[in-house]
Order: sequence, then C-alpha cells, then structure tokens
Amino acid sequence: MRYLFALLLLLVPILGVWTFVEADRWQLWFPENVSSFGGEIDGLFNLIMYMVAFTFIVTEVALAWFVFKYSANRPGKGVFTHGSHKLEMIWTAIPAVALLFIAFSQMETWAKVKFESNFPKTGEYTKEKPIAELWASQFDWRVRYPGDDGVIGTVDDLERSYEFVVPVDTDVVFHLRSRDVIHSFFVPEFRLKQDALPGHTIPVWFRAEKEGIYDLVCAELCGWGHYKMSGRMTVVSKEEFAKRMAEIKAEWYSNGKEQG
Amino acid sequence: MSTHTTHAPHATPHLQPGEGEPGTVREHHDHHELGFLRKWIFSVDHKVIGLQFLFSGLVFLALGGLMAMAIRYQLAWPWRPMPGLAWMFPATGGAISPEFYTMLFTMHGTIMIFFVMIPLLTGAFGNFLIPLMIGAPDMAFPKLNMFGYWTMIPAFFFILLGFFVEGGHAAGGWTSYPPLSTIEAAAPGSLTGQTCWLMGLTWVGVSSMMGAVNYVTTIVKMRAPGLTMMRLPLSIWGLMITSLLQLFALPVLTAASIMQLLDRTMNTGFFTPTNLLVNNITPDSFAYGSQAAAAGGQPLLWQHLFWFYSHPAVYILVLPAMGFTSDILAVHARKPVFGYKPMVYSMSAIAGLGFIVWGHHMFTSGMNPALGMTFMVSTVMIALPSAIKVFNWLGTLWGGRIHLRTPMLFACAFVSMFIIGGLSGIWMAATPVDIYIHDTYIVVAHFHYVVFAGSLFAIFAAIYHWFPKMFGRLMNETMGKIHFVGSFIFTNMTFYMMHQLGVAGLMRRTADPYAYDVYQHLQPINEFITISAFCMFAWQIFFVVNFFHSMFWGKRVGRNPWNAASLEWDAPSPPGHGNFDKQLEVYRGAYEFSSPEVAEDFIPQTRKI
Repeated sequence: MRYLFALLLLLVPILGVWTFVEADRWQLWFPENVSSFGGEIDGLFNLIMYMVAFTFIVTEVALAWFVFKYSANRPGKGVFTHGSHKLEMIWTAIPAVALLFIAFSQMETWAKVKFESNFPKTGEYTKEKPIAELWASQFDWRVRYPGDDGVIGTVDDLERSYEFVVPVDTDVVFHLRSRDVIHSFFVPEFRLKQDALPGHTIPVWFRAEKEGIYDLVCAELCGWGHYKMSGRMTVVSKEEFAKRMAEIKAEWYSNGKEQG
Repeated sequence: MSTHTTHAPHATPHLQPGEGEPGTVREHHDHHELGFLRKWIFSVDHKVIGLQFLFSGLVFLALGGLMAMAIRYQLAWPWRPMPGLAWMFPATGGAISPEFYTMLFTMHGTIMIFFVMIPLLTGAFGNFLIPLMIGAPDMAFPKLNMFGYWTMIPAFFFILLGFFVEGGHAAGGWTSYPPLSTIEAAAPGSLTGQTCWLMGLTWVGVSSMMGAVNYVTTIVKMRAPGLTMMRLPLSIWGLMITSLLQLFALPVLTAASIMQLLDRTMNTGFFTPTNLLVNNITPDSFAYGSQAAAAGGQPLLWQHLFWFYSHPAVYILVLPAMGFTSDILAVHARKPVFGYKPMVYSMSAIAGLGFIVWGHHMFTSGMNPALGMTFMVSTVMIALPSAIKVFNWLGTLWGGRIHLRTPMLFACAFVSMFIIGGLSGIWMAATPVDIYIHDTYIVVAHFHYVVFAGSLFAIFAAIYHWFPKMFGRLMNETMGKIHFVGSFIFTNMTFYMMHQLGVAGLMRRTADPYAYDVYQHLQPINEFITISAFCMFAWQIFFVVNFFHSMFWGKRVGRNPWNAASLEWDAPSPPGHGNFDKQLEVYRGAYEFSSPEVAEDFIPQTRKI
C-alpha cells in the first residue's frame, strides 16, 4: 500500500510542476503584456514562482519519500527525538531571509504603479489634468473626455459609453469613479487593476505600448449583471487618437440627422 | 500496550444513571432511561454538544457542496439548463439565472466558512476534544456551552430563511461589500436576503464567542494535575489560540454586522456614500424609506472592519487543523512531534501576525498604497511560521514507523495540500503581482487549497482518528482508504488548474466569463474542472456510508485503538458523563513515542515510571 500512497504524494510535485511548464503551450498563461510596467509585474511573478517551486518540490518530494521509506514494517522503534535546535534555526533563518528578499523586491514596482507621487508629471496628461474620467456603473463603463476647454466637469464634456480610446506610447492618467457600487477596472493585457470606489475619485496611470483593442473587465462583484459589465480599451496611434477625438466630438454634438 | 490502558473498568463512579457504560452504543442504551430530548437536544455534556456541531456541520457541508456543484455547472456550460432541475427553476427551465449565480457563490462561501468549517473545527472538535485531552470532566461552563449550540439554531433559521424571501438570499459575495449590500436597489439579494445573512452571521458570532470563552477558561483552569501548558497536545494549543483569535476579532465583525444592519434598516450611513445613482434611483428618493439618506459613509470602512475579523478567521480555519495534523502524524508515525515548542510558538506567531495582515485583501481597493506596502511585509512574513510548521511536520515523519491508516493518509494529505496553499499565498501577498492576480482564479485556488484540501482533509483525518472515541467503534479501513484516494485525486484535479486559470487572468464571481474575448479559450479547462468536481462530490458517498455504517456496526474497540499517549485515550470509548473513571496524574508530554525508556513504543501521559 505504501507504494501507492507514496506515489500519490509524489504525483503532486511531478504533475504540479508539469502543468506549470506546459501552461504556456495550453494558452493557460499570461495574456500578452502591452503596458510599460506589465513586464516588471510578470518578472516579479516569475521570481516568486521559481522560489516557490524550489520549496514546493523539496518539501513535497521529502513528504513522499518519508512516507515511502519510514514504513511501520521496518524493524525496531522510530527515532526518539524531540527536535533539533540547530535545524530549527536553519529553517527559520533561511526562509526569513528569502521572504524578506521577496518583500523588498516588490516595493519598487508597487510604488511605480500606485504611488501618486510617482505619477507622470511632465507629459500631456497628469493627475491634475487627466485624459478622461472613467465612470463605472451597473453594468457599463462611461468615459468622459474634456471638451475644448480641456477641463472635465464642464458643460462641453464629451461622454461616451463602452469604449475608452487612448493614445499609444503615452503616459495616460485618468480618473476612476463609480456612480453606484464598487467596481474594478481591469485590463489583463495592461496587468492593471484598480477598484472604482463610490464617493472617491481615484487617479490611475498606465502607458500602453502596443496598439490594439483589449477587453476592459469589471473585476469586482457589482451585482447580478457583473459578468456582462464589459468595456473596450482601444489603444491607437497619436494621429489616430486625434482623429477619434474629433469623431467622438462630432458624434456628441450630432442631432442624429447628418447621416440621414 | 501498557496494562492500565487495557484494563476495562467496571466501576464507573462518575456515571449518572443511564449515561451509558463504556463500550456500549449509547444512543440505544440511553433512549429508554434519559430520553432522547434530554440526552441529545438539551444536553450540557460537551461530547454531545460536540456531536451536535459535528452533525449540523456535516449537513451544511452537503448543502454548501451542492451549491458548489451548481456553480461549477454554470462555469462549464453557462446558461444551459441543469438536467432534472426544471421543477426548481420553472422560469428558466432549469438554467441558472445571473442573479441566482451571484447568490450561489455568496452562500457557498458563507455556509462553508461560517456554518461548516468554524463549527466543525471549534464547535465539534473543540467541544469534544478539549475536556478529554486535558483530563477534565467537562467544560468550565457546561450551560454556557449548551447555549453556544442553541444560539446556532437562530443562525440556522436566518441563513435558511434567506433562501425563501423576496429577491432571494444575499448576493453580494461572502464579503458583502457595501454599497452593493446596503442599497436595496443594487441587487435582488439586497432586498431582504442580506438582512437574513447579517442576522445569521451575528448569531454565529454570539455562538463562537460563548464557545471561545469556555474553551480558554477550560484550558487555563481545568487541566489535570501535572498537565502543564507545555505538555498540552498541539490540538489543544491550536484550539486555544483559535479561541483567543475569536475573542479578540469577533467583536469587530459583530459590530460591523450591526452597523450594516443599521444602514439597511435604520437609514444610518456608516458605509453608504452620498450622491449615488443606483438602478436609476438616487437613494434619497427611494420609495421605500429614504434609505441611506443620511449617507456620507465610507465603503472602505466595512472592508477594514470585515477583514479585521475575516483575516484572523482564515487562521481560525486552519490553526485547529494544524493541531490535529500534528497529533495524528505523531501517533501514526510513532514519533514525538518534532520541535514541539517551535510548533507552539509558530502557531502563536501566525495568530499574532494574523491581526496585522488584513489589508492584503485591499491592495487594489483604493486604500492608501503606502499602507499596502506595510501589509505586504507583514503578510509575506506570516509565511515564515507556516514554513516552520511544515518543516517540523516533515521532521516528525522522518525516522518514524509510519502506519498508513486512513487518518494518517488524510493528515499527510493536509501537509501536502497546505504546502500548495501556503506557497501560492506569497503571490497574493506581493503587492505588484496582486494588482494582476487579485480577484482571479489563482485566489480561488489558493484558499480552496488551504481550506478545502487543507482544513477539510484535516477534519476528515480527525473524524477517522477520533471516531473510536466518539462512538466506541472504528470506521471501516478499506472504505476509508478508498475515500482517501478518490478525494485526493479529484480534489487536485478540481483545484490545481485554477492556478493557471488565474494566471490567464480569469476572474472569480463571473457567471459567464466567456462573454469576454480574452477568456473564451478557457472553457474546456473549466469543463475539465467541473467534471472533476462532480466526481469529487460523488466520491464522498464512501465517507457518508462508512460514517453511518460504522457508527452502528463498526468494529468495537477498547480505550486506545491507536496506542496514542494523550489523555483522551485513557477514558472509556465512548466516555461516559464526567469522562474519566479514575484519577488522572500527568507525568509527561503527549508525544512519548518510540521512547527507549520502556519496552512498548509509547508512554501514556499518565504513566509513572
């Protein structure tokens, strides 16, 4: 019997590692990264993964091996020991150092993405002068671009639902707001997630480095229609962006008759 | 086996009339003399109260499990009618509606945490084991103990009532974040269901509080002579630390629940901000009451208060399981627990650090990111005591004489699964990584590995291990092994690939993830997971049959079928009222296995050499 049970326990690290190795081939891995900081986040994920995988393999194999080796069928008694101070010191100190290393290695990226003091200050868009306000509500996304005056919250604002158009290779800052309950802005390809909190205006920044159309996902349960609260993140070239803004403006002021 | 443990006592001075003699099946025996009501319903006996918690916990486990099956069905085949369930959902022909789906996962989480795991770990095993393992005749406050179960009755009532009220049960997630949960127009479950949910939870809290007071008092004051704190079995340490966690953390949850209840019923504004427009209604103009008219509240306040309890609650869900595992590993490996003191200290460290890590649930919530940095460091460091425990469990197995009986298999599986659950937690603790993986399936994988594959496996181990003490009979070993093998395989097939789903970015709590292009290719793997989950659920029939069959027809055993050294095995199986039929004097710790001092491979705690 112990062959069977040791094998079962041994299958955990074997299959466990195998599925992670193969995951990319099965398309069960990160979607393509297109943001400036996404690569760092993936790198930190991988750093932790390799450290974790090492511990995982060592402990799981040891467990299976002990179950196999130290069978009750062996003659005599078990080893009579209540522990080892030296071993305890070793397996306290080494993980402690490793964990502190993990914790400190994360800080720079976290600060870069989320600290408002690190937000873009020089570009076209800043915390004080965002590209748009993104409003979340049950169950849609609405983008409010500033009108000609460049200020959001005035009468000439341009509103548009579902699609958020931003320029490529530009530091984009927008204000995230919610009209009703908590939602969450999540674009998997940007590696960016931020809850929209009713009563608060939360500035968010990113820099998309590849043109394309990406899913804007609501990642916080927001009611029965949470599953269908999708939006679209459209990253276009700077020239295209100016064109799109003009279109949005024309559409906003249209009385619907021009197209005939 | 030492002589005095096999000695079958005929004089049972503590037994009251009709309380059953050792080795007999008490429910049959007592039925005539004490009456079913006095014996099983209005009992102050800690063992009976423990069994009450055990049975109600297992019933709710089945209910929560059924809900999980429905959730899995929807994720594999969204909107397809469930075969044979058209009578239950006439409006949809048996398909799960989106609002029903949100209710399902809300109540699955709520029931599994508050009505299954906490009652099983602390209610069932806390009650059953504490007096027996410390050599006490009963709890310090037997009547309070009885009330502890009685207050679960209104909790059961409210949590079941919610399914039948207008709009259905609470549907704001088990975390019940306002304003989704406080504004009636925000979700169908926020009409009345949420109120039932809050009432149910508050009653569970009251019950846990009474239990915790009792456990701590009993452990501190009623230990047998000679049983110092550092001779306590680790199960008792786990339960003691858990009780302290509950004593300190529960008042916060109870207060927060009542605040949310007031927001919902009395128009206070603790958690609901002003100027909302929900479902095209401004809350100030609600037809029914001017709900949240006062408003000006902070949704984040609820998150802080909720997680201030619910993160320690995560350790409430695992510390007793760690204790049981330590005991079971030592007994069946015939080895003293490796590093007893480090085990105690690491459990204490987990509990202490457990109070300063709650913010890791809120990294992306809009909380000040500088706080996130602090919470990351404390959260990463809590992996340290967990790692120490894993190494010590491995040390316990090393050089042992391992008997691979069912309880031991489940205990080993706990270690194996806890390693996975613990290690995946590091990703979540790392703030930048969490920006991406927060609220994805990797989180679902993580906590199911800790709570389902970890704690529930430890509960299975504990049931198989202490079943002889509860009923005087062994559970069937072959059936137990079949149960183990299937559960182990299907559990891993169910939960392991959720890690990869999470890395692919799949969100939790989504009724139809394939509405997004980015998730469409994940449907086949979800189908695989669902089929595995069905198999795993069905496989539990081996446990149910074994449990009930063995209760009545299992092989009878004496006091100490496992040759264990702790005190509960000195009592008759099952113990009568007052537990012990002799004076106890404790001379050593609970783990003197394979000692060279004696010929046998263990020394009971009560044996003087």
